[in-house]
Amino acid sequence: MEAVAAIPPFERFYAERKDEVFGYLARLLGRQAAEDAFQETFLRALRAYGKLEHGRHLRAWVFTIATRVAVDERRRTTPVGEPTEVPVHDERPAFAELEHLADRLPPTERAAVVLRYGYDLSYDDIGAALGSSAEAARAAASSGVRRLRRKETS
Amino acid sequence: MTTVPDHVDRRFRDQAAAACMLDVAYDFADSPIGTLLVAASERGVCRISFDPEPERELAALAKAFGVRVLRSPGPVEGVRRELDEYFEGSRKEFDLRVDLTPLPDFQRAVLEELVRVPFGHVDTYGALALRIGKPRAARAVGGALNRNPIPIVVPCHRIVGASGSLVGYAGGLERKQALLGLEGALLPG
Repeated sequence: MEAVAAIPPFERFYAERKDEVFGYLARLLGRQAAEDAFQETFLRALRAYGKLEHGRHLRAWVFTIATRVAVDERRRTTPVGEPTEVPVHDERPAFAELEHLADRLPPTERAAVVLRYGYDLSYDDIGAALGSSAEAARAAASSGVRRLRRKETS
Repeated sequence: MTTVPDHVDRRFRDQAAAACMLDVAYDFADSPIGTLLVAASERGVCRISFDPEPERELAALAKAFGVRVLRSPGPVEGVRRELDEYFEGSRKEFDLRVDLTPLPDFQRAVLEELVRVPFGHVDTYGALALRIGKPRAARAVGGALNRNPIPIVVPCHRIVGASGSLVGYAGGLERKQALLGLEGALLPG
């Protein structure tokens, strides 16, 4: 039991997660901006790492940090207007077909959509990543998807 | 799958060390007696390992010093340089701080005394026991040396049996012989 929750040496955690975190940040911010966001993400993770009480959910945890870094960065650099009402669709999106449009979404919706459909995180984890709830994460993801579908057809 | 570019990875490893956020920084060093893992805490060199198995080493370092263990060449650059100079024959004394803090008192006392045995000299387990005030602890001294976390820099290779035999070395007797040979301290026979 203890072994499952043990906190691995930071090198292990970093080596295991660095590529997908960089990929995630590159999807949210573009490769150039992802380089700085990557530093910031893992420096924040490292700062908190010594105070962790167990090694569970480390993947969701680092995605949380990356999401906050990326959302802050996007808010800083690309102000997005008020979201507009969009019609509701219930079908699951083919994320790969829509992703090229995702950079036009508000930052939290974009993060929710990418975490859900690109990285398969649960809504609980996405809610934590966005500093809100699972319900809010689900709403952000579906609103993001609706917006993407609209963009695709417009 | 996207992989993080090398320069970005390197920058993170450098920044983590520069910001003093690591419990232990480590890297690998080539030497004539094989690849070494070299690690340092903020207090000094804390590990030199022969034939390193990173998985086990990292777990041991995390347990002794804290989980923020990261491969980062900056903090161990000085150690690597001094080791290079030692193996080239241009350095007879290490000018490095060592971190023995996680060790039990007895072992620390042995290793602190051991550091005084100079380049090119050998001493015996019994003599070392005597010098830490435990004349009958020669065998325990042997055990303490066998678990020396910082071989080469803390020169346990310079301690031999009363008969002059090499006795043992955690890194293998061949390495002990090689180090004593390098220092010109090989015993006759």
